[in-house]
Amino acid sequence: MSGTESRGLVLDEKLLFESSDPGRIGYSLAELDVPPAVPATALLREELTGFPELSEVDVVRHYTRLSTWNYGVDSGFYPLGSCTMKYNPKINEKAARLPGFAELHPHTPDHLSQGALQLMYELQDALGEVSGFPAITLQPAAGAQGEFAGMLMIRACHEANGERRTKVLIPDTAHGTNPASAALCGYQVVPIASDGQLSAAAVAEAMDSDVAGLMITNPNTLGLYEKEIREICQIVHDGGGLVYCDGANLNALMGISRPGDIGIDVMHFNLHKTFSTPHGGGGPGSGPVGVVEALQPFLPVPQVVRSEAGYRLDYDRPQSIGRVKAFAGHFGILVRAYAYILAMGGDGLRRATELAVLNANYVRARLEGVYDLPYKQRSLHEVVFSENNLANDCHTLDVAKRLIDYGFHPPTIYFPLVVKGALMIEPTETESKQVLDEFCDALLAIAAEAQEHPELLKQAPVRARVKRLDEALAARKPKLRWED
Amino acid sequence: MRYLPHTSDDVRQMLETIGLAGIEELFSGVPDACRLSRPLAIAPGCSESELLGRLKKLADANAQVSEWDAFLGGGAYNHFIPAVVDHLVSRSEFYTAYTPYQPEISQGTLQAIFEYQTMICQLTGMDIANASLYDGASACAEAVLLAVRCARKRSKILLSQALHPQYRETVKTYCRYLPVEIEELPFDAGYVTDLQALKDRLDEQVAAVVVGYPNYFGRIEELATLAELSHARGARLVTAVAEPLALGLFKSPGELGADVVVGEGQSFGIPLSYGGPGIGFFAVKKQDMRALPGRLVGETLDQDGKRGYVLTLATREQHIRRERATSNICSNQGMCTLMVGIYLALHGKRGLRQLAEQNYSKAAYARRRIGSLAGFQPVEGEVFNEFAVLCPEPAAQLLARLEKSGILAGIPLCRDYPQLENGILVCVTEQNSKQQIDRLVAGLAGGAA
Repeated sequence: MSGTESRGLVLDEKLLFESSDPGRIGYSLAELDVPPAVPATALLREELTGFPELSEVDVVRHYTRLSTWNYGVDSGFYPLGSCTMKYNPKINEKAARLPGFAELHPHTPDHLSQGALQLMYELQDALGEVSGFPAITLQPAAGAQGEFAGMLMIRACHEANGERRTKVLIPDTAHGTNPASAALCGYQVVPIASDGQLSAAAVAEAMDSDVAGLMITNPNTLGLYEKEIREICQIVHDGGGLVYCDGANLNALMGISRPGDIGIDVMHFNLHKTFSTPHGGGGPGSGPVGVVEALQPFLPVPQVVRSEAGYRLDYDRPQSIGRVKAFAGHFGILVRAYAYILAMGGDGLRRATELAVLNANYVRARLEGVYDLPYKQRSLHEVVFSENNLANDCHTLDVAKRLIDYGFHPPTIYFPLVVKGALMIEPTETESKQVLDEFCDALLAIAAEAQEHPELLKQAPVRARVKRLDEALAARKPKLRWED
Repeated sequence: MRYLPHTSDDVRQMLETIGLAGIEELFSGVPDACRLSRPLAIAPGCSESELLGRLKKLADANAQVSEWDAFLGGGAYNHFIPAVVDHLVSRSEFYTAYTPYQPEISQGTLQAIFEYQTMICQLTGMDIANASLYDGASACAEAVLLAVRCARKRSKILLSQALHPQYRETVKTYCRYLPVEIEELPFDAGYVTDLQALKDRLDEQVAAVVVGYPNYFGRIEELATLAELSHARGARLVTAVAEPLALGLFKSPGELGADVVVGEGQSFGIPLSYGGPGIGFFAVKKQDMRALPGRLVGETLDQDGKRGYVLTLATREQHIRRERATSNICSNQGMCTLMVGIYLALHGKRGLRQLAEQNYSKAAYARRRIGSLAGFQPVEGEVFNEFAVLCPEPAAQLLARLEKSGILAGIPLCRDYPQLENGILVCVTEQNSKQQIDRLVAGLAGGAA
């Protein structure tokens, strides 16, 4: 083995409910300083059956032990393609916890929230500069909600022009959220085949007067820049449609190419990918959306604006699509992204992109040949291999599980769907050559194991806390909560 | 740059392995016409100490609740957060991980979500809870979509006007281009959903009735009656809980007959943070399991028969079902589920009850004192820790005056309810001392005199 694996003491831990001991408490309340009152008995609930009773130390130990069963970016290399698992700077965590941010109530009047509003305004500006869009909303809670808001704006714009278009074109390499978001806007999804890159001809063929727009990811999920993007945007525009860009892969473009300059009309950002905010074990993310001028009237409310009197939340936007969530956005995440941009600066953001692309191409160069690379065009921030070269009926899933034994988080697997057994590797810029070498050595060793000792792949992982889990059983007999 | 580990030697060697002469060549796939020909107009980077200085200055320009006599609620609540919560969520094995796609090395996240799902079921009185949605408002919108999906031929939704205004707006945005018809139900003189209006409008087209519990005016709705009326016409009752601490004291919506219970979990250990991130909880009865939006964690066994947890029933979701998925959501609020789980585990069975009783008692005291002032009319009937008050002068004027004495007395109701120009919404939690409440009352009295 040549990874980062080693042995450690792994502790077992029951469920909270199984550790509960009646009478234990883990909280302290100040003495009640007003007369006690209770609601009418008929409204009162009975005891919370099954709710845990634990002391503070029980709770601390419980979650500390659970944490040791996890693998995060701080544990090691996490090359999950399309997710941009870059290092999460610690100062960002401190920034979000500053009392002036963490203890700011969302209903505080604007004139008492000037610092927060200024931060949001400046973040809008910075995102606008990176992407080339004149207006940004910070409200969407995550990328998928950004897609939804963006597609709603496209539809609102068409309807404001008296047009009732029904279809949205989506290439076959798209994230599943794209068609799902389009459907939520009442659109019919028309998939378009792409041979690694979307051709202008394919778009021209699918384009008609019922098409509201195209959703495209650039660079796409194969890590390839869509080289006909300008022509594609032109075709969609000529046909009366608008172009949405999934900004999941913006980490490949900072300071290099701006979606707003090349014909894209709307794009969401994933602050938890490109702008270093933590992925949090699944969220919260943040999915701001940038738009061209023509779509500006349709942005969600409220919008952060600046006037002579200072910054304020503007609700007076008659053509707005409305709000997609309560309040103004995932502010705590916005603080982290803002801190990242300030720390990096314009040149630093470009450098991050350069090194992210360098890292992906280095991994590609080291593995190509041993692993099958179906699309050989110059890739940007990520590289996608297939399972074609694996010996002895070993599959991508087996490689992924074996990587765990070597001490690495596996890449994204079986996506994009156009590659058989896809292994989608996105190293990001925050990994050193040394780490990449260890990872590549491990993958090369695994390819050799597939030839000589395929059982090592089939049994993997053997060094994690649990072995392969029976997902079919979980779905066949769903047990979704603890019960006594 | 401190976040970038490459030395110039590394870069040189890596380019050599790739077979390129320089970094520029990495971007040969980007057409010239698509290139940005100037540097980004963003200031140069700064040191960590400079960065912190700038952020502190911005933070200090905000009114943090701990330095004011703050009585703000309206969907975001100022509760004390034990040190343990932030300490544990700061374990970076939790917060630097992503969605647990690889269950063998994500058992910490998965078990924590399974426990969260269980506690949400216990609190709401429901069978199944998902791994969370973005917030209470979007969860409410997803509940409406679920109701329409499950009811098949029914497409009408009755939204109570006493439901949180931002939840109503979000529902409307989500349904904007879908074949869903939304009607609003008025509230009566007691600031609860008007039962007569409900009876009049319930028909065979209604998929769901949506109410708040407590509602936006702080009132405890008559859920049992609402459920009975809705069910009699074949509609689901969706209950949105913006202040879930109320469930520590009041009967659960599930017990009272609600079919879908959604809400905002921010009260349970999540900082106010200017309104986000929070967490949308979402719970249903067994019959709606396969219609659930979002992620779900289930229990299973590994190859050795050892208990473990995985993401499950994924065929509902966008990465598999694409445009036919139950929702477009991809993430959950991972780190926030953890905060809620830790907070609830610390408070447990008794703590949640005692904390809820304190909130109830403090609000009862404040409401009684304010009600004794000439010209002030708090809502009558059962409330939890929040209540609307009609004042003798326009809310804007009154709130501006109290602000000068360091009191954020409440939220004006007129933006969302123009007919309530003199109305404010006052929230009192365990964070408000009797002295603060007394100062609020004195401040209000001063103006009225």
